[in-house]
Amino acid sequence: MDYFAQQAINAIQQGSIYALIALGYSMVYGVLTMINFAHGDLFMVGAFACLLIASFFPLPFIVILILVMLATGFLGALLERLAYRPLRNAPRVSAIITALGCGLVIENVVLSLSPYAKPMPPLFTVTGYHIGGLSVSTLQLMIIGVSIALMLGLDFLIRRTSFGMAMRAISFDAKTVPLLGIPLNRIISVTFLIGAGLGGAAGMLYGQAYPVIAASMGILVGWKAFVAAVVGGIGSIRGAVLGGYILGTVEVMTVAFLPSTYRDLVAYSLLLVILIFKPYGLLGKAPNQKV
Amino acid sequence: MSALLEVRNVSRHFGGLKAISECGFSVTEGHAHGIIGPNGAGKTTLFNLITGIYKPTSGEIVFAGDRLDGLRPSRIALKGIGRTFQNIRLFKQLTVLENVRIAYDSQLHYSPLEALLTLPRMGRNEAESIAKSSALLEAFGLGALSESLAGDLPYGLQRKLEIARAIALNPRLLLLDEPAAGLNSGETAALTEFLRWVRTEYKVTLLLIEHHMHLVMGLCDRITVLDFGQKIAEGTPEEIRGNKRVIEAYLGADEE
Amino acid sequence: MAAMAAFFKKLGANRYALPVLLAVGFVLSLVIPQYGLLNGYVQFVLIMIGINIILSASLNLVNGYMGEFSVGHAGFMSLGAYASAVLTVKLLPDLPDAFFFLPVIVGGLVAALAGFLLALLSFKTRGDYLAIITLAFLMIVKSALENIPYVGGPRGMLGIPKLTTMAWAFFWVVVTIWVLRNLLYSKFGRAIAAIREDEIAANSMGVRVREAKILAFSVSAFFAGVAGALLAHLLVFINPSSFDILKSTEMLVMVYLGGIGSLAGSILGAVIYTLLSNWLQDFGTWRMVIMPLILVLLMLFRPKGIMGFRELPWFLPKREARRKDS
Repeated sequence: MDYFAQQAINAIQQGSIYALIALGYSMVYGVLTMINFAHGDLFMVGAFACLLIASFFPLPFIVILILVMLATGFLGALLERLAYRPLRNAPRVSAIITALGCGLVIENVVLSLSPYAKPMPPLFTVTGYHIGGLSVSTLQLMIIGVSIALMLGLDFLIRRTSFGMAMRAISFDAKTVPLLGIPLNRIISVTFLIGAGLGGAAGMLYGQAYPVIAASMGILVGWKAFVAAVVGGIGSIRGAVLGGYILGTVEVMTVAFLPSTYRDLVAYSLLLVILIFKPYGLLGKAPNQKV
Repeated sequence: MSALLEVRNVSRHFGGLKAISECGFSVTEGHAHGIIGPNGAGKTTLFNLITGIYKPTSGEIVFAGDRLDGLRPSRIALKGIGRTFQNIRLFKQLTVLENVRIAYDSQLHYSPLEALLTLPRMGRNEAESIAKSSALLEAFGLGALSESLAGDLPYGLQRKLEIARAIALNPRLLLLDEPAAGLNSGETAALTEFLRWVRTEYKVTLLLIEHHMHLVMGLCDRITVLDFGQKIAEGTPEEIRGNKRVIEAYLGADEE
Repeated sequence: MAAMAAFFKKLGANRYALPVLLAVGFVLSLVIPQYGLLNGYVQFVLIMIGINIILSASLNLVNGYMGEFSVGHAGFMSLGAYASAVLTVKLLPDLPDAFFFLPVIVGGLVAALAGFLLALLSFKTRGDYLAIITLAFLMIVKSALENIPYVGGPRGMLGIPKLTTMAWAFFWVVVTIWVLRNLLYSKFGRAIAAIREDEIAANSMGVRVREAKILAFSVSAFFAGVAGALLAHLLVFINPSSFDILKSTEMLVMVYLGGIGSLAGSILGAVIYTLLSNWLQDFGTWRMVIMPLILVLLMLFRPKGIMGFRELPWFLPKREARRKDS
């Protein structure tokens, strides 16, 4: 029983990080119906931004978190402005290819600047607690707490603010929205800013949990979160969170019962199975095509 | 004359919306059969049900004795039903000739392996396809344009090409979705003549959706009237012209 | 420049030029290594150009002509490489060199089988979702191979015999282009183009969409497998991570640089890419920044590539070329 409870905590921790990244994929898909393949690399940039800031300025955790989110957020918005906006009316394939290309550019720039994996210093002293047979660390609580706080904040933003309303309107029907006086471009920019910011925050938290960071984590971890977004139903905010926790659970269970090298195999097989039996994910909606 | 197409008690719901409810009629072989009704009456949905793009929620569609409902669109097309679309759907980046050849290809017989290795049977079939498709385009007055891109043709010729493409399937039944949309009255009169010619030349039964009353009344042997997804009347043009319900639902509101 | 263009136009229109060039090319591919007319490095680059032509032409079938977006091509390549290497290393180590076509064909068939399965999944999904499926396929192939000790797991397979010669590479390039041309200018090729243009209209015109998709995916995968087999027996060493998303991206660069929907474009893209890639070797990992950057710039400024849906008369069957002239 204790073993399962312990694994459950690990699953929630892993799931929280996946959910945070998956939100970015889903938000962008919601407003642009485009897969931002570069999002995983923004997550990776978040981890490196944290390392860079922390090694020069010994700021408090929360300040670094905000700076990291701003840095990755602006990078995401910049990417949209330079690479995706010119292609908004181009064939969809062009946009996917561009996103894939941008992701690889970011990954390999980081790889070229920092060829080897870098250790990540802890940003606060970690203490462990033992409750019965369970061990929980302040780090785990921090990761889970920060993630949930960010998700609640996003939920508030989407459901209670005029930005959120505009964003939902665009997801519903992007063609009519400009007619209603909603500034489409600004809403899309802000969506990228927030989505990428959440991804960056996830990168920072991930760096604390697994304190060795490398350029390849954008694909290794970031794309896994993409699996989560698709499993939950890409375009759906709640789906992204659900998918994140499902994937976290599946991964932790895989590692608990199988050799750890099976992790990717299981995750991507899960993706394939979901796409075959529930092509638009657990909470996603099928697009309607007019004949 | 027997019924070529029978729509029996067909319904189609989209969520809570009943786009077509318990609709039934039959199309006699050799006839030109019109479907009229106000916008949103479910006419195009009916076409999409017949051609298999949508599956009926309930009811049966029978063509020349075979059930169509549940079959894939390509199977239905191959049984002998050609169609055009309300918003022209040509293969825009392909040439006029290629558009027609793609439909004519259903009558070519060679296997993938014969194609990959370009065996003699493939060559014979291909030569036939070029000759027959070119001849069809000549007959439609599009011969000179066969190497132009379909998307570059003027609107009226795109409509004509779409009909030629459907005819290349060698269909027994041709479904036309608002063939006169966007045409002026002179062009509509010419289209009426043209459709008469198509009907006799290619021995094809016509089922058409149209708003232009002159075309419908002048061309059709029989007319079915839809409103809110239900059949409200059926008869000869004269009967429809005098039908009270039709006048109330349709002609009264939108006299043409 | 203009004179050169005119020359190539004339050459392209000449129906005797192609067979003569092919014969000369084949003789050269035998003679050059025999008498060491070019140094080993240049020979290696020429073979790589051949392998890349096979890859870009076969990927063009799905991504260009059919208008889908697959990133799974490296996965097919991987299956072909591994299947052929298992034959030459483990099952038939005494295979005479002249029978090298056998493991290559087996590699192609194994890849084609995977392509067939992927095609079944493409019936219901298109666009983004199909791209995701191909991505999942690529990842699954890679991590599955990493977990099979028989083929060396993550370390890969060593000691593969060096059987890929210039002549074999040339032979397979010609086969690939010939078969693809035959397919493209058949009713199946027209069906593939119709799917690209408008799948619903294609269906309504009696196009057997499923059959066309199966054919496109299987043939495309077959030649990716062939290319994989050739590469494995050129490099004499393969591991699962040689066939990752970056490998697929390289192929995308070739296809979209040379031009979608064009065999001439596929060849051009492969030649430019291979030369550029070798020239950029000195730049280390920055090479992997420049390649995807080219892809992004292409999408922004010339999304159909250099040749985009234009073809040299060489690659048209006689009956089509004759028709276009008149």
